[in-house]
Amino acid sequence: MANRTITRADLAEAVYEEVGLSRNESADLVEAVLNEISDALIREENVKISSFGSFSVRQKGERIGRNPKTGVEVPILPRKVLVFRASHVLKDRINQGA
Amino acid sequence: MTKSELIQRLAERNPHLYLRDIEKIVDTVFEEISTALVNDDRIELRGFGAFSVKHRDARTGRNPRTGETVYVEAKRLPFFKTGKALRDRLNGEEG
Repeated sequence: MANRTITRADLAEAVYEEVGLSRNESADLVEAVLNEISDALIREENVKISSFGSFSVRQKGERIGRNPKTGVEVPILPRKVLVFRASHVLKDRINQGA
Repeated sequence: MTKSELIQRLAERNPHLYLRDIEKIVDTVFEEISTALVNDDRIELRGFGAFSVKHRDARTGRNPRTGETVYVEAKRLPFFKTGKALRDRLNGEEG
């Protein structure tokens, strides 16, 4: 069952209730957390959050792809992709809820 | 960058806040995301990415070394899809 979709607003609301800053500042800080993580990844640092998981940047080489509709071959340029690995703590929690 | 380094950076940029409040903020963010995943909810953070849970049915697997059949139980796996803006920024385009 996919239930609801949590957004920044929900995270900001949780921070507001938990920490007691204003709603505006809570929203700004949620954004700041995401920005710090993004900036670290762009510097190609891995980001490791204990009991949650880690984000790392992987370099992908060039390969030949194919437009599935037309069958035309197109080169897929080398690029960087972000990989998230959930920690065991998180995986176990998710499966206990099952 | 570890969680404590993340907290440190945020503290440097927000000298008006107590360190313990910044710790609480960071913990709350990841706890909310974790709880949502446990509840099978989806977390969508535009520009950053989306977390969701994928369901895998039970299957009969095989130990690749011994060839022995093993039963693999149904499980749920957390999954993250990078948002477009972040993906573009990783590749040097201003998203």
